[in-house]
Amino acid sequence: MSQLKPLSAIARAGDLMFRETPSQTAGPYVHIGLALSVAGLPQRDMEIWNQLATEEAEGERIALVGTVIDGNGDVVRDIFVEAWQANARGEYCDEYSPTNAFNGFGRAAPDVLSDGEWSFDTIKPGCVKDSRGQWMAPHVALSLFARGINLALHTRLYFEDEAQANASCPVLNAVESPQRRQTMIARRDGERHGVPCYRLDICLQGEGETVFFDF
Amino acid sequence: MSFDPSRRFVERNRRWHPPAFAPDYKTSVARSPRQSLVSLQHPTATELRGPTFSRADLGPHDNDLLLNYREGTPQDGLPIGERIIIFGRVVDQFAKPVPHTLVEMWQANAGGRYRHKKDQYLAPLDPNFGGVGRTLTDEQGWYRFRTIRPGPYPWPNGVNHWRPAHIHVSIMGSSLSTRLITQLYFEGDPLIPRCPIVQTLNDREAVESLTARLDLERSRPMDALAYRFDIVTRGEFQTFFESQG
Repeated sequence: MSQLKPLSAIARAGDLMFRETPSQTAGPYVHIGLALSVAGLPQRDMEIWNQLATEEAEGERIALVGTVIDGNGDVVRDIFVEAWQANARGEYCDEYSPTNAFNGFGRAAPDVLSDGEWSFDTIKPGCVKDSRGQWMAPHVALSLFARGINLALHTRLYFEDEAQANASCPVLNAVESPQRRQTMIARRDGERHGVPCYRLDICLQGEGETVFFDF
Repeated sequence: MSFDPSRRFVERNRRWHPPAFAPDYKTSVARSPRQSLVSLQHPTATELRGPTFSRADLGPHDNDLLLNYREGTPQDGLPIGERIIIFGRVVDQFAKPVPHTLVEMWQANAGGRYRHKKDQYLAPLDPNFGGVGRTLTDEQGWYRFRTIRPGPYPWPNGVNHWRPAHIHVSIMGSSLSTRLITQLYFEGDPLIPRCPIVQTLNDREAVESLTARLDLERSRPMDALAYRFDIVTRGEFQTFFESQG
């Protein structure tokens, strides 16, 4: 345990466990580290980016797009978004590999000099059971990081054409206000690159504020 | 790998983390939710699983910022600045090592300038420095980067606000529940207590835990100083009762 000694600086006297490393904002230059093309840096051999599915992936190809809006109604152009979702069969596949036909994890950030829209190319996820065996509606978990966000914000993207599944989703129903549930429902928005596109504009604050989760 | 639906993590202490609304850090004012977070009493597979990267091929110099960026040929030289090693261990709150997890980092160069389209600071770019690294922890949770010490830089929050020297650090951990981005500061930096971003933390000990310590023994003589930065991810409870479920 001597290797752990410096950690004692983190534990308070009497604590039975260490404290989690506290969060700090990802800052305005998050792209250098996690979204290299947006920063203007050359790509490495493997970058985790916004194409979760290749042509070979099983399931319905879709695009997800959106913006993030701040409390003044302005688009957050330096937002950085991570997506995590099940495959078309409703299974989470943990092992990320650039050779997989489908990865359940991806990252996106708008071009810093453009309109502030993020997007993912993916497949529609299947239904997953919650920890008590109830079916959740198809959804994509979204995590938001940016300058001015001190600790990641977690929300979910649901699909408007899954009305029945949405109505019985235990996580959507954990949101007391039916009106606020709507802030997580992406609307069908035409096509993008020839596949159905869904749009979710996320509001950080104020009227229409998106639901964010603690878990 | 089978998924254990009774997996459970220590609740995140949101008083220990910075609050969303921290008015001295001005950008947080319009970017902080006003509604309460919705607490999931029963986190699901979505929150209890997450991506792993042990099969993802990282490049040989991905954790070596002295070598992983060159505008010209290798003969063009090394980045300017104080050569340092950043190393440490990723463990969970119960001191259990977090193996094979992705640790990513990014930073300014020795002059305090980021290689980013939007950084307009008058300090020059370094033709031999990109400022990005990534690595996987080993079996025991250890990670290591070689880089140069970043410089402090001014930022438009107050009239004369400066960021202490810092490195941004991103950790995946074992699930979406452990995902974390933070910043590493350097022991003895007088700008630490003056920084409104650092001061979003309400607890002096929280700031201490983000301060990397000089470790002379791990330094390389005539080469590079070493700074130790241990990272703690949310603790995962052992599931004693799963068989009775």
